[in-house]
Amino acid sequence: MTQTALRLSGIDKRFGPVHANRSIDLSVAKGSIHGIVGENGAGKSTLMSIVYGYYQADSGTIEVDGKRVTIASPQDAIAAGIGMVHQHFMLVENFTVLENVLLGAEGGALLAKGEAAARAELARLARDYGLDVDLDAKIEDLHVGAQQRVEILKALYRGARILILDEPTAVLTPQEADKLFELLALWRSQGSTVLLITHKLREIMAITDRVTVMRQGAIVATRETKDTSQAELAELMVGRRVATRVPKSAAAPGAEILRVEHLSCIDERGAARLQDISFSVRAGEIVGIAGVSGNGQTEILETLAGLRAVASGRILYKGEALPPPGTPARAKFARSVAIAHVPEDRHRMGMVVGFDAYETAILGYHDDDALRRGPLLSESRSIERCRDLMGQFDVRPADPRLRSGQFSGGNQQKIVLGREIDRDPDLLLVGQPTRGVDIGAIEFIHKRIVEMRDRGKAILLVSCELDEILALADRILVVCGGRIIGEADGAAADEKRLGLMMAGIAA
Amino acid sequence: MDDFVQLVSLLASTVRLSIPLILCALAGLFAERAGVVDIGLEGKMLAAAFAAGTVAALSGSAWIGLIAAIIVAVVFSMIHAFACITHRGNQVVSGMALNVLAVGLTAVLAFAWFREGGQTPALSGAARFAPIVLPFADTIGQVPILGPIYARLISGHNALVYLTVAIIPIVSFVIFKTRFGLRLRAVGENPHAVDTAGISVAWLRYRALICTGVLCGVAGSYLATAMASAFQREMTAGRGFLALAALIFGKWMPVPAVLACLLFAFADALQGRLQGVALPIVGVVPVQAIQALPYLLTVLLLAGFVGKAVAPKASGIPYAKEK
Repeated sequence: MTQTALRLSGIDKRFGPVHANRSIDLSVAKGSIHGIVGENGAGKSTLMSIVYGYYQADSGTIEVDGKRVTIASPQDAIAAGIGMVHQHFMLVENFTVLENVLLGAEGGALLAKGEAAARAELARLARDYGLDVDLDAKIEDLHVGAQQRVEILKALYRGARILILDEPTAVLTPQEADKLFELLALWRSQGSTVLLITHKLREIMAITDRVTVMRQGAIVATRETKDTSQAELAELMVGRRVATRVPKSAAAPGAEILRVEHLSCIDERGAARLQDISFSVRAGEIVGIAGVSGNGQTEILETLAGLRAVASGRILYKGEALPPPGTPARAKFARSVAIAHVPEDRHRMGMVVGFDAYETAILGYHDDDALRRGPLLSESRSIERCRDLMGQFDVRPADPRLRSGQFSGGNQQKIVLGREIDRDPDLLLVGQPTRGVDIGAIEFIHKRIVEMRDRGKAILLVSCELDEILALADRILVVCGGRIIGEADGAAADEKRLGLMMAGIAA
Repeated sequence: MDDFVQLVSLLASTVRLSIPLILCALAGLFAERAGVVDIGLEGKMLAAAFAAGTVAALSGSAWIGLIAAIIVAVVFSMIHAFACITHRGNQVVSGMALNVLAVGLTAVLAFAWFREGGQTPALSGAARFAPIVLPFADTIGQVPILGPIYARLISGHNALVYLTVAIIPIVSFVIFKTRFGLRLRAVGENPHAVDTAGISVAWLRYRALICTGVLCGVAGSYLATAMASAFQREMTAGRGFLALAALIFGKWMPVPAVLACLLFAFADALQGRLQGVALPIVGVVPVQAIQALPYLLTVLLLAGFVGKAVAPKASGIPYAKEK
């Protein structure tokens, strides 16, 4: 008979009209790794925030180690032995590692005494779990993998016996993720408990003992991991059968559309962001750029889209220099020669959250004559175009007057992608097409991108999800530190080798 | 030797003029480090000055005036806190509202109560903070060089000056060496981190604003009952904003902010001495131009020489759990 570390009974939570959690019953065995999967908005994060005391449930009870507890604040959760590593790290960036660990557990009104004690304790934790971090380094100087270790240290330092991890691998290379999983396995072997929230089914299969699937705020199933499969879990998450990988024929590349030669660019502070980048994209192929976020992918897309100046090197588009010699980089020019751009961060660059959907649907193409009536922009024509787009791209709800921000992530992305694909570009630059998008919509978006390729268009895809690159790209380039450090054929790519290249280890 | 004495007395008046700026800048430091923008320093200081002037006049004690000033400034600070922390109002609007309120309210009340054209009655004796002559000032004052420095620059200030000198290291210690300081700095950078660490963001910010109120109260009392001998209409004359500028110039650090205050105060002391003096080349400069000196210096420093001032990241953003 295994003991129960955490038992939730009848947890219910509403945010206004949204029913985020519907009478959740969940029990997590002590000394196990329990996965929780579900699409965005399925209520996973809300549930975990309730366990961690960030929100209070409207009804329901929580038991830790068989004892009923009231968790009204994170402080109560910490006292009950629950630690949480949030998806967006809860770290103070200009503080040192030590200061971040101490925050909230200072051990007295003056810092000096607590610091000495913490150093000793952290040295022990570092030794026992291989969590090596320089305690005096500033958080902003650490890479994300190390920042995550700080988050874990924070939880361990507070004596957590139940650790909740929310999408922990989203920012890690495959090797870093493996290292994290080793740590979790070690932690489990000592009788502690892990709750792992993720949407990556592969990880669920690799590391968890049991898995719970959530859909629309409710638990739809709990399975022993060894008795289930990725396909079954995906189906449970979405509520229907989905293809985890869209079918795709071999590419039939045609003429070269884009050629980049020795491209370099520098940022506002004068630091080199891209160094000596060379590659080409042909018609009818998808070239994927893989890499850990922040290694130059953004700059490549922005330079090609005319948002960023070229420092040296050149870009040839259909054999001609882009931008034309003597002119500055301009997004408008790129559009005029049939280059479309789906930015990585749709909220920052792809749309205006406060605009109605029909306004977002014409952004950047607002000077199109077809949308004009006399000298003015015609609202009715814009709405008509948006309605048409929503039909083609299955945007729900199909209401052009709804505010852009009120659509789900997947539907927002469909509007942005639809807007760009609808112009029938010869070169599509697409960044993170499925970030924050649920599985059903991922399938749809992937299909549309492959469809474009099959119509003979050139596509440059940037994604930090290696799975997405592997699913779509015909050719893969790996970037690290602003350089292209490797290339692989899409069909024959070896994930492990790509992972090492992403970490800058092997070429 | 005469020039030297002149210089010492210029520095002594720099110290006297710097006190309200320093107190106000440190007050602003507590607020802004906790993530609450406070452009209401000016208003709090003015209201405190009025309270100090009034209560000192009625009670005959500068110290009771000081306590009244602190209470009034803390009340003002709590209004700001209630609007900005509890109700997540706009911090600039709330601060500005308090400034306007203070200007109007103090003038109206002063006029209604004392009928002296918006002033409070002139203070004398124990109702003011009188200069304190340190021991042996007279004897040591005879020693060349060190003598005038001791007798004029170090000795002869009022109690609030010495209090302020003591407050500076205390504030520095609190901010950097205590639990409260660590949490305060954290909440101004990333309140989510503070919340998930099990600490109440709102209560922390309230406490920070109480500190702000206390320091503004001392500053106001200094203006009305130490530097001047009565409250006068709008007697803060933009010092709250100047202090805010010094805080930015000092990159939200106590010691650099204090140095910036001293610089502004020096410019102020200098302008007092340059009025009516014929300068080389330009001759006599109009008084108004000279009076503008400290403000001009502020603009120049903030515009050009400050470098990139990185404010506490969460400054000005009301905290809401939902991201």
